[in-house]
Amino acid sequence: METALSDIPLLSVMTFFPLLGALCIFFIAKFTRLKTDASKVIALTVSFVTFLLALAVFFVFDNTNPAFQLVERASWLPSFNAEYIRGIDGISLWFVMITAIITPIAILNSFGSIKKNIHEFMIAVLILETMMIGTFTSLDLVLFYVFFEGVLIPMFLIIGIWGGEKRIYATYKFFLYTLLGSLLMLVAVLYIAVAFNTTDMMQLIEQGVPIDAAIWIWLAFFASFAVKTPMFPFHTWLSYAHVEAPTTGSVLLAGILLKMGAYGFIRISLQMLPEAGMLFAPMMIVLSIIAIIYASFVAFAQTDMKKLIAYSSVAHMGFVTLGLFSMNEQGLDGAMFVILSHSFVSAALFMGVGVAYDRLHTREIARFGGMASNMPQYAMFFMIFTLAAVGLPGTSGFTGEFLSLLGAYKANIWIAVFAGLGIILGAVYMLSLYRRLFFGKQDKEDVSKMPDLSVRESLCFAPLAVLVFWIGLYPSTFSNQYSATMKTILERLVQ
Amino acid sequence: MIEASDFLLIAPEILLFAGVLVTVVMAAFMGDKRAKTVNIAVLLFFALAGYAVFFPNRVSDFMGGMFPLFLFNEQFIEDAVSRFAKGFILIASSGIILLSWTYFKQINNQKAEYPVLIMLAVLGMFFMVSANDFIMLYAGLELQSLALYILAAFNRSSAKSSEAGLKYVILSAISSGVLLYGLSFIYGYFGTTNFAELYALVSQTQEMPMIAAVGMVFVLAALAFKISAVPFHMWAPDVYTGAPSPVTAFFATAPKFAAFILLVRLLFQPFDGLSQNWIQAIIFLSVASMVLGAFAGLAQSNIKRLLAYSSIANVGYLLIGVIAGGQYGLQAVLLYFGIYIINLLGIFAVLIALNKNDKPTDRIEDFSGLSKTNPYLAFCMMILLFSLAGIPPLAGFFAKYFVFFAAVKSGYTALAVIGVLSSVISAYYYLRIIRIMYFSEPMEGAALRSDFAVNAIAGFAAIAMIGFILMPELFSDLSLRVAADILIE
Repeated sequence: METALSDIPLLSVMTFFPLLGALCIFFIAKFTRLKTDASKVIALTVSFVTFLLALAVFFVFDNTNPAFQLVERASWLPSFNAEYIRGIDGISLWFVMITAIITPIAILNSFGSIKKNIHEFMIAVLILETMMIGTFTSLDLVLFYVFFEGVLIPMFLIIGIWGGEKRIYATYKFFLYTLLGSLLMLVAVLYIAVAFNTTDMMQLIEQGVPIDAAIWIWLAFFASFAVKTPMFPFHTWLSYAHVEAPTTGSVLLAGILLKMGAYGFIRISLQMLPEAGMLFAPMMIVLSIIAIIYASFVAFAQTDMKKLIAYSSVAHMGFVTLGLFSMNEQGLDGAMFVILSHSFVSAALFMGVGVAYDRLHTREIARFGGMASNMPQYAMFFMIFTLAAVGLPGTSGFTGEFLSLLGAYKANIWIAVFAGLGIILGAVYMLSLYRRLFFGKQDKEDVSKMPDLSVRESLCFAPLAVLVFWIGLYPSTFSNQYSATMKTILERLVQ
Repeated sequence: MIEASDFLLIAPEILLFAGVLVTVVMAAFMGDKRAKTVNIAVLLFFALAGYAVFFPNRVSDFMGGMFPLFLFNEQFIEDAVSRFAKGFILIASSGIILLSWTYFKQINNQKAEYPVLIMLAVLGMFFMVSANDFIMLYAGLELQSLALYILAAFNRSSAKSSEAGLKYVILSAISSGVLLYGLSFIYGYFGTTNFAELYALVSQTQEMPMIAAVGMVFVLAALAFKISAVPFHMWAPDVYTGAPSPVTAFFATAPKFAAFILLVRLLFQPFDGLSQNWIQAIIFLSVASMVLGAFAGLAQSNIKRLLAYSSIANVGYLLIGVIAGGQYGLQAVLLYFGIYIINLLGIFAVLIALNKNDKPTDRIEDFSGLSKTNPYLAFCMMILLFSLAGIPPLAGFFAKYFVFFAAVKSGYTALAVIGVLSSVISAYYYLRIIRIMYFSEPMEGAALRSDFAVNAIAGFAAIAMIGFILMPELFSDLSLRVAADILIE
C-alpha cells in the first residue's frame, strides 16, 4: 500500500484537487447551462473526495516518525532560492484534516443560505480549500507565502459578494489588515532567502537562525500570524468579517483560516525560530491573557449572537497562543487540542447561528427565546457545542483548555489563575447565550413557528458532534499522530 | 566608421521608417474612410520590425560578433537590453493599435493618421533604447515626444484632450530644455557625448567636479519627468485623464518603458562611476513616488487619474530595482516592467470597453455591478487588479517579490519595507474597483461593450497573470541574461 502510494505525489494531488473541481465548474458553467444544483453536487463531491485523499494521507502517515513525510520536491524558482516543496508532519497533518473535514460540511451548509451566484460561490470555496491545504503542506517559505496570502482573494469575494449589509467595510478591514501583516512577513521571507540562500523550511529548521537576525524575522512573522490568529490587539477585523460573512464564510473563517495563524506560530515562531520564540514568550503570554479576559467581557456584552461567537473565538485563540508559548509539553498539547476543538466547535456554532438567521433573518439575541420547545433537535446540538465551548469534561473543549491551563500553571501559577478566570467568563457568556436563545417563555409568534432542523442541517452538525465527543473522551487518537513531532519541537525549545 | 553591415543591423528601424513613409502616403490618399487599411498596414510593419528585432542573428553570426554591437561611430548600440525593450514596445504598441480601433469606433473618430503617429513614436523609442550617445538620445526622445503631443490631443473636439496635449507640450519642452542644458555641462566638462567614452572618463575621475554633477542632475531630472517620478510627476494625472483612453494606455506603457531603459542605461553605463552621487537622488525619487502614488490614488473618482497615480507608485517600485543595482536589481526592473506592461494593457482593454449611454466613460462609478452584465471582462479585470495590487499567486506579486528581493539583497531593507507599506495602501484603491464591479448593483446605461480585440487582450493578460506562477523561471532567466548585458564588467 505504502510503496504504491508513495509513487504518486499524494500531497500535491490533494492540494490541487479542489482547484481542479473549481475549474470544472467554471468551464462547464461557461459552456453549458449548468444547473446550480449540479454545481452544488460537484463542489460537495470534490470536497468529499479531497477528504478521502486526506484520509489516505492520514493512513499513509507514519506517526512514529517525527520528521516531514511524503516530501515532494520540484524546481520552481532556483534563481531566488525558492523550490516547490510539499511535505507533512504530525502537526500539519491535523491542520490538513481539519480543512478536509470542515470544507465539505461548510459546502453542504451553504446549500440553504446561498441564493445567488451559486456557481461562483462554489468556485470560490473550492479555491479557498486549495489555498488552505496548500498553506499547511508547503515546506518552502515563498510557496507558503503564496498560499497563505492567496487565501485573501477568495475570502474577500465570499464576504463581499455574499455577505451582509456592512460587508464592504468588513471586506476592506479584513483584506487590508491581513495584507499589511503578511507583507511584513514577506520582507522577512526575502531576508531569509538572501541571508541563508534557501527558503526550504526543513533546512532552515535544521540549521537554525542566528539569534540577532531571528529576532527581527520573528517579529515580522508575528505581525502576520497575530493578525490572522487574531491576537489582541490585532483582532478588531474579526468581528466585522464574521458578522458580515455568510454562514459558510464564517465557518471557514473560524474553522480553518484562523488556524493558519496558529499553524504559523507553531511551524515558524516555535519550530524554526525557537530562541527568538523563547525571548518573546512573556509578551505572547501577556497578550494571550489579555485576549482571553478582554474578549470574554466583550463577548458577554454583545447583543448580536454572531458577534458574541466571534469574540469567543478571540478568547479561544488566546488559549492556543497561551498553551504554545508556555513552552512545555502540556501547553503545546493543550494548544493543539484547543485548535482541533475550536475548529469543530466554532464551525458548528456559526452554523447554529446560520440556522436561526436563515429562518428569521436576524441575529439579535433578544429576538429569540424558548426555542427549546419547538426546535428540540436544534437545541440539543447547540447544547453540545455550547458545552464544548465552555469546556465541560467529556467534550473536546475540556481536553484543550485543561491541558493549556496545566501548561500555563507549570510556567507560572499567576498565568493559570488569570487564564482560569477566562474559562469562568467563557461559561458565563456561553451559557447566558444559550439561556436567552433556548429557554424562557416563548412569547414571540414568529419564533414559535420556526421549523426544526432539516435533514441536511442535521447532517452538518452530526459529524462535528461526533468529533467533539471523540476528542473529549479518547484524545489519544489525535495526540498519537503528532506527539512524535511535538517531542522534537519541545526538545529544541528546552535546549 | 560606418560599415555596410550597420544598415543590416538597424533593419528594424529602417523598416519602421519605411513603414512611416508608406503609411503616411496611404493615409493621405486613402483618407479616413479606409483608415482600417492603414491600421492593418501599420500592424504589418510592426510584425516585420518584430521579425527583424528577433531574427537578426544571421548578421551577428556573419560578423562573428557578440553583444553589444556598436554601430554608426558608436552612436547606436545593439544589445540584449535594447532587443528586450523593443520586443515589449512592439507588443504594447500593437495591442494599443487594436484597442484604439475599438475606442475610436465608439466615438466615430477613426483617423487614418493615428496609427502612423503611433509608429513614429515607436521609431523614436527604438532610437531611445538603442542610444549610445547623448545626441542620439535626444533625437530619439524628441521624435517620440512630438508624436505623443499630437496623440494626447487627438480628440480634437474635446477641450480636455486639447488641454492635455498642450500641457504635455509645454512641460515636455521644458524638460527637454533641462535635458539639453544638463548635456551641455557634461559635454563642457568631459568633451564627449558618447556613453562609452564617458564611462571611461568617469571611471578615471577621482573627484567629481561640481559642474559635471550639476549636469548629471539636470539629465536625471529630465528623465524623471519622462517616467513621471515624484516630484516631476505633475503632468501625468492631467495628461492621463485628458488624453483618449488608448493614448493613455500608450503613455503608461511603451514610452515609459523606453525612458526607463534609457535611464537605466545612463545610470549603469556612463554614470556608473558616479553612483554615490546619484543614488541618494534616486532613493528620494523612489520613496516619494511610492508614497505619493499610494496616497493620492485613494481619493480619485476617475479611473484614468487613478491609474496615473498607480503608475507613479509603480515607478517608485521600479526605481527600487535601480537602487539595488547589480544583476538582480536590473533583472527585477526588466521583469517588473514586462509584467506591468501586460497587466496594464489588459486593464486598459477593459477600460476601453466601458461605456455609458453609448459613450466611453472613465468614472469609476460606472463600473458598478458590471460583473452581472459582462462576467467575462469583469473577471479579467478582477484578476488584473489583484495582480496590480501584488496579491499572490498572480504575476504582479512576483514582480514585486523580485524587486524587494533585490533591495534586501543589496542591503536596502528599509526601502523594501516602505514599498510593502505603500503597496498595502494602494491595494485599497484597486480593491475599490473590484468592490464596485462585484458588490454593487449595475447603473443605468453603463455597460462593458466588448469586441474581439478587447476580449482577446484582456483574456490574454489575465491568463498571463495567472499562468506566470507555473513557469516563473522562463521569464526570470531571460531577464537575468538581459540584465547582465547592461552592466559593464
